[in-house]
Amino acid sequence: MLVATQGQPVLNPAASLPAQAPAPKTQPASKLIARNINFHYGSFQALHDISLEIPTHRITAFIGPSGCGKSTFLRTMNRMNETLRNTHVDGELLLDGENLLTLDVTDVRRRVGMVFQKSNPFAKTIFDNVAYGLRVNGIRKKSIIDEAVERSLTHAALWSEVKDKLQKPASALSGGQQQRLCIARALAVEPEVLLLDEPCSALDPIATLKIEELLFQLKEMTTIVIVTHNMQQAARLADRTGFFLLGRLIELDDTRRIFQNPGKKETEDYVTGRFG
Amino acid sequence: MTLEISPRRRVINFVMLSLSGVCTVLVIAVLFFILGYLFVHGARSLNWNFFTKLPKPAGETGGGMANAIVGSGKVLLLATVVGVPVGFLAGVYLAEYSGKTFAFVIRYVVDLLNGVPSIVIGIVGYALVVRPMHHYSTLAGGIALGIMMIPIAVRTTEEFLRAVPNSMREGAMALGATKAQTVFTVVVPAAASGLMSGMMLNLARVAGETAPLLFTALGNMFWSKGWLAPIATLPVMIYNYAIAPDEDLHQQAWAAGFVLLLLILVVNVTARMIIARGPASSRR
Repeated sequence: MLVATQGQPVLNPAASLPAQAPAPKTQPASKLIARNINFHYGSFQALHDISLEIPTHRITAFIGPSGCGKSTFLRTMNRMNETLRNTHVDGELLLDGENLLTLDVTDVRRRVGMVFQKSNPFAKTIFDNVAYGLRVNGIRKKSIIDEAVERSLTHAALWSEVKDKLQKPASALSGGQQQRLCIARALAVEPEVLLLDEPCSALDPIATLKIEELLFQLKEMTTIVIVTHNMQQAARLADRTGFFLLGRLIELDDTRRIFQNPGKKETEDYVTGRFG
Repeated sequence: MTLEISPRRRVINFVMLSLSGVCTVLVIAVLFFILGYLFVHGARSLNWNFFTKLPKPAGETGGGMANAIVGSGKVLLLATVVGVPVGFLAGVYLAEYSGKTFAFVIRYVVDLLNGVPSIVIGIVGYALVVRPMHHYSTLAGGIALGIMMIPIAVRTTEEFLRAVPNSMREGAMALGATKAQTVFTVVVPAAASGLMSGMMLNLARVAGETAPLLFTALGNMFWSKGWLAPIATLPVMIYNYAIAPDEDLHQQAWAAGFVLLLLILVVNVTARMIIARGPASSRR
């Protein structure tokens, strides 16, 4: 098991001390550890025995051809797949050492935020979109919400563009702005992990660049996992890259290694464009 | 080089085009004929008294239908209070919670309910409310019309909620919202304008119903004594006056028909304007 951990010893986070010592740059702690995740849509097995580690405050990218399971795996990490009927997951997903598959699902989703392929702002004002996550989690105090909305929009590099029209409907924003609004909305509840499912696939290069810059800054605050079809994006952005094929994780390694000197033939074929 | 179109095809084309055109004109003509006829007959006998005075006793001329106008308002209000919440929540269940098979069954039953003749709904109101309480009442009329509103309320709610993209539900749930929070704070607001206008069209549809009110609200020549007493309504008033042997009453019936149609048209047009404005932003 643990195909993708480069043979480094796996720390048991449950046993580690809660001391807040800054993790050394070279070997950050694992925020999320997957152990033998299998996932079924009905009788179709979409994920086979996925085991991997997601390092804290790093960007991890998943690449692979369409239908290879990378989005399915991403959606397992915040249990979005449970909203679909007739699905089954087994294995363990440790978030700070606790198996998130057994935790309260709304709590998991608050801690593990998600940004989707197509921006999906609610039919509400810009302000209410960002405030939504706080409100459903029981925060009512106006001063706290106001402060969180401004902070989240600032972190999503959107504040200067929208600060004078917070009460306008979110649908009035451009596509790139809407996606940044969705990122702000996810950031407002201060997630420990932020999952992004091809967040730039519907955006033009300039909007894409903005979001990439943004994600690069955000890894100071949170742990990022991004699914992308765009290999250049993974190469530009990610500290670590995992390659999925036919529901299996072929390998997960430092991005540079994946693109320059991959350990597996399949990975090499894919990143050099020989198939996929 | 162009292909020749044979004369035969040209003729068929012309005939079909003309036929469908004529039928379209017919459809529109029916509405305008009704409107025009009611306007000519109704507007002539319409005056201020119609809106402010009570009906005169038989044999006397003049008077109005103030009690029926207010009565229709009260019965429709009651119908909305009864029918809309039940239909809306059932529609929410249908769209957001139920499984495929069960949804199919509910939808089928709801469509059957929609097909029940309105006179039968009137008898149901009579059996459920009038008999146990031993008298006709506004309440019974409101409940009968409320039952009539339920099927459309269910189906419009279901339809407009299903039209909300699933990505919005996922977005809400990904923020830690529960299913109920997602449905009532994201999905329903996103469908609000459609739901609102759907309910208005529903109301406009039952506003003209007469049969369910005959056995329930009954009618009244005076101001109703309250929710538990019989009450006058415009459709029943039209029915009673139209079959009365008095020309003056016929004129009043025309006027009532005109007013009723006008009210329904206003509600209809308003509802469609709300739809056309599209999913507006919700209130803060």
